[in-house]
Amino acid sequence: MNMEGILALTGWGGLRWVGPVELFERGPVWLRDWAVGWLPEGAKVWAEGLIPAVAVLAVFGLLFGLATVAERKLLGRIQNRPGPNRVGPYGWLQFAADGVKMLTKEDVVPRSADRVLHFLAPIVMLAPVALSLAVIPYGRDLVAADPRCGLLFFFAVGSAAEVAAFMAGWSSRNKYSLLGAMRAIAQMISYELPLVLSALTVVMMAGSLSLVEIVEAQSGYWWGVIPRWHVMTPWGLAGLLLFMAAAAAASNRAPFDLPEGESEIIGGFMTEYSGFKYAIFFMGEYFGMFAVSGLAVTLFLGGWQAPLAVLEAAPSYGWFFLKLGVMIAWFIWVRGTLPRLRVDHLLNFGWKYLLPLGALNLLVAMVWRGLGGWAFPGAGAVRWLACLAMIGLPAILWGRLLMRSRGWGPRVYRYAS
Amino acid sequence: MSVEGAGLIRGFIETGRNLVGSYVDPRRWVTVQYPEERRATPENSRVYPFLVYDGADPEEGLRCVSCKICEKECPPQCIYIVPAQDERGRPRKHPAIFDIDISVCMSCQICVEVCPFDSIKMDQAYAWDREDRFGGLLLHKADLARPNRYYRELHPAEARVVDEHLARERELRESGVRAAVRASLPGSGEPGGGT
Repeated sequence: MNMEGILALTGWGGLRWVGPVELFERGPVWLRDWAVGWLPEGAKVWAEGLIPAVAVLAVFGLLFGLATVAERKLLGRIQNRPGPNRVGPYGWLQFAADGVKMLTKEDVVPRSADRVLHFLAPIVMLAPVALSLAVIPYGRDLVAADPRCGLLFFFAVGSAAEVAAFMAGWSSRNKYSLLGAMRAIAQMISYELPLVLSALTVVMMAGSLSLVEIVEAQSGYWWGVIPRWHVMTPWGLAGLLLFMAAAAAASNRAPFDLPEGESEIIGGFMTEYSGFKYAIFFMGEYFGMFAVSGLAVTLFLGGWQAPLAVLEAAPSYGWFFLKLGVMIAWFIWVRGTLPRLRVDHLLNFGWKYLLPLGALNLLVAMVWRGLGGWAFPGAGAVRWLACLAMIGLPAILWGRLLMRSRGWGPRVYRYAS
Repeated sequence: MSVEGAGLIRGFIETGRNLVGSYVDPRRWVTVQYPEERRATPENSRVYPFLVYDGADPEEGLRCVSCKICEKECPPQCIYIVPAQDERGRPRKHPAIFDIDISVCMSCQICVEVCPFDSIKMDQAYAWDREDRFGGLLLHKADLARPNRYYRELHPAEARVVDEHLARERELRESGVRAAVRASLPGSGEPGGGT
């Protein structure tokens, strides 16, 4: 460790020598305190709320830009193309060009559209998603708001996106838009349930709805090596898989992007949107992906916790954003690999498969806690395997049963093979 | 029965291999970085016609005798020819104006097929981006004239046949027995084209 120390401002006026670890870890908070210190007494309470909000929006706004480029580049690579590589170094400034393009495009509103709703829908889409970013802890002390019911707030606010999608589809006076909106409603409501169920498992085990406390419940290491993240337990692993499947659907990501369905219903509820309103929708969608990815990281992957005790020297928010990046890359990889589902397949998958398994996972978590008292040699391994079997076997058998009852199976091409 | 999720995992491995492979091995790329990198056009590709000239002077060496056959045959009528006149007002076997509007041309190659003098051939240059979509795409005689060398590069096999044919014609003309032999050479009025 570099013990030279760096002169840093700690709080208003206080000067002392700190190491680089502390500087990076506490830096953002000091910066906020320093900025707030300039203000008159009455404005301080507002600034303390506003500064994190602006910071979150700025960071995620930039991340949105970079994620759109990264998505296009990775999708391109998956299809053996280079992707955007013209604007800026290796094409990484493409989002700026796209932004200018979106801003300068004509804003077309259909003549028979409900102009007020048509205007409001993108805002209603983006605002709640941006709100839900507030409760996610990005680092040890970096959380914009830590209400005791953080997770509840997240889901309560996030479900407003459904209203926005329907507003957009209804106000456009377009059959494709309405079809897309109805698909969006059906899908988002169906998948909200398994999403909440798998999150509920974590709430039950961590004993708190506050996301900060959920992250703190995952601190520490087994045998000093394996981090005590929830994903390292059978119910956590199953929960993460369920959560990611449901999260892809809840945030309209491929392979569950039926509400958009560019190839069938030409953009769904966004059909009649152009210019910056479309960009706002797009932004809302990406923010939604960041929010559920961040929540998945928080609930299952240890939030800002480092994977090894040695690596705790790196700033905690660095770990959070690294994990978030991995999640985003995963979503992009999924989008590049899996084809879009059919509506009835999607709803069947949600209601008949994810929902029962989510409920079962709750039970498995209870059993896991119940078996925590075992003390004979090898108890840990037995407990682990027993719980894995409890969720894994039903997952396989129930899947087979469903496939057989619907006559589904591996597709056979009689004349082609 | 297959293992659960095996197909999914195979799919992910396939796309993952593309993702990594396209960084390691640019030969996997299915696209061309167009302005910097251009694929060679196939020999038989064609875009718009050009005029062939022999020798060094693109004006005097033009093979075109302004017979206007191509102008009459052109289906979209994109060719416009005005024959040159000598000082006494008689038409010369030379075009004063030869314009092709390539915004109208449909690349059918009929002008090439009908030309008895092998003076108009199809070009392969496809990048005709111009600021002015009317004047910029109206090609004049000077824009259209290309040396025979150029034609040989574009269509080597075809150009060889045409060159041989023209050489034989010239030989016969010089030996003065042209008319006699012409009858014995079927199809020589339609030289070369398309072979």
